Amino acid sequence: MLDGTENIELVQEEKKEYTTLNLGPTHPATHGIFQNVLKMDGEKIIEAEPTIGYIHRAFEKLAERRPYAQITTITDRLNYCSSPINNMGWHMTVEKLIGAKLPKRVEYMRVVVMELSRIADHIICNSVVGVDTGAMTGFLYVFQWREFIYEIFEEMCGARLTTNIGRIGGFEKNWNEKVWIKLDRFMKEFPAILKEFEKLLVRNRIFMDRTIGVGPIKGDRALEYGFTGPNLRAAGIDYDVRVMNPYSSYEDFDFIIPVGQNGDTYDRFMVREQEMWESYSIITQAMKKIDRKENLFHGDVPEFYLPPKEDVYNHMEALIYHFKIVMGETDIPVGEVYHAVEGGNGELGFYLVSDGGRTPYRLHFRRPCFIYYQAYPEMIKNGMLSDAILTMSSMNVIAGELDA
Amino acid sequence: MITTEENIKTLHDTVLAKLKENFGDAIISSAIDYDFPVFVVRRENVFAVLKFLKEEAELNFHFLTTMCALHYPENPGKEFGMMYQLHNMPKNFRIRLKIFIPGNDLEIPTVTSLWATANWMERQEYDFFGVIFTGHPNLKRILNMDDITFFPLRKEFPLEDQTRDDKNDSMFGR
Repeated sequence: MLDGTENIELVQEEKKEYTTLNLGPTHPATHGIFQNVLKMDGEKIIEAEPTIGYIHRAFEKLAERRPYAQITTITDRLNYCSSPINNMGWHMTVEKLIGAKLPKRVEYMRVVVMELSRIADHIICNSVVGVDTGAMTGFLYVFQWREFIYEIFEEMCGARLTTNIGRIGGFEKNWNEKVWIKLDRFMKEFPAILKEFEKLLVRNRIFMDRTIGVGPIKGDRALEYGFTGPNLRAAGIDYDVRVMNPYSSYEDFDFIIPVGQNGDTYDRFMVREQEMWESYSIITQAMKKIDRKENLFHGDVPEFYLPPKEDVYNHMEALIYHFKIVMGETDIPVGEVYHAVEGGNGELGFYLVSDGGRTPYRLHFRRPCFIYYQAYPEMIKNGMLSDAILTMSSMNVIAGELDA
Repeated sequence: MITTEENIKTLHDTVLAKLKENFGDAIISSAIDYDFPVFVVRRENVFAVLKFLKEEAELNFHFLTTMCALHYPENPGKEFGMMYQLHNMPKNFRIRLKIFIPGNDLEIPTVTSLWATANWMERQEYDFFGVIFTGHPNLKRILNMDDITFFPLRKEFPLEDQTRDDKNDSMFGR
């Protein structure tokens, strides 16, 4: 830890002078609040010590005083680049606790939303890798499509970034005509855009020179460090929660898990790129399975799913359920569940301890960013400073998920 | 391997048999909680049990998914708990291991020598609950600032301002 007295420290060691450089916490190149105290030999990094917690908001504590439905908004703010995945993960955790079974149509709708947000997440990560190698164009170009995905979310639920999408037991409303029009347009036009983006970077000499062999981690080391998601797959290990422990009917879909070889920045980039194609294919399959005319958007869980407002005014049953849900009088089973979803960055787990009260007794988030960011000093050791920036953006460390 | 109820039962029985064979009465209880076999072990044996589970050829729980501390102030003698979740990826075995410790003696051996990832996880639980991981290479606060003197996720720190008397929650839940 720095206490302000040793801003630039010169250490004499084996006739060498090392410099201490304070990278962050608000450095424009790190895309978030990350502080690393680097010990440098010229441009080369000898040692790094990350300090985290700058946007810590004590979510685990907050959750202990919030009714189950209100915790969804907390999960929005974990990995805010793909909030819908976090929302759905939380809904599914509670559904597992109460034993709710949802209709297939709802599960497929969830799959569409989750894969769309995976694309939005990977778009940001990959285009920012481009920016950090000096290619701004691709970033601005694909960002329009991330924007368009947010427009689809906005049409579904009214929010864009922190979506709070869906409810425990399904969706808050059925998708309207506009959602389908926008989805169709996205499916029609996005492949050409992504192909063009790949053309810009994938076989680009400068990009390859900047990324191949940069910030590598071996598969076994990655496992020891608890890596999951694209970063683990880039190191050659094909672990994907969607396949290993399928949720929300992922077993009904046909897709491959792309893996890399060296676990370096280029592999991470390529794994994410390929995953976007797989997500695209999953969305295509899911949209075929959803009957657009049907009006089924939630499961039969009246004790957790708010009834329509007109029923509340006109039916006794609905009024009772409404009252019980809003006042937190619903009986929740006592138990402990762990549910994991494949988030944008890996296994996003929710460990929920319920004592039957209206709020969780304890809620623990397994946040992939927090777990794999501790390998960062090892990955950037003996590399250049500019490579360290690149390694961080290719690992897709999201401050919200890191600090929780 | 897709986990079915039958598979979880088999896994529970296999792990329990192996643990009983090697550690005897160090295993306090076991259960199946939703889709996880859960084992409660004695604190003295937790490191040996985790090491065994990691290194045993058939079980080979090589991946530490997560760990977290628990606080039950109403349980005298076992106010604090620690939960470990292990995963064997090729076989898709997942189990949960728990220990309970008294509130006046919060020392647990560190597992950083088994999994590098335990480093920050343990620092996080120390930060929020004050659990001391003996042998940890760098046990200091991680998310909170260094100079706070309490452990915020303990149950004695309720979220709402306790001086307020205009709110009465006794009628509706907690």
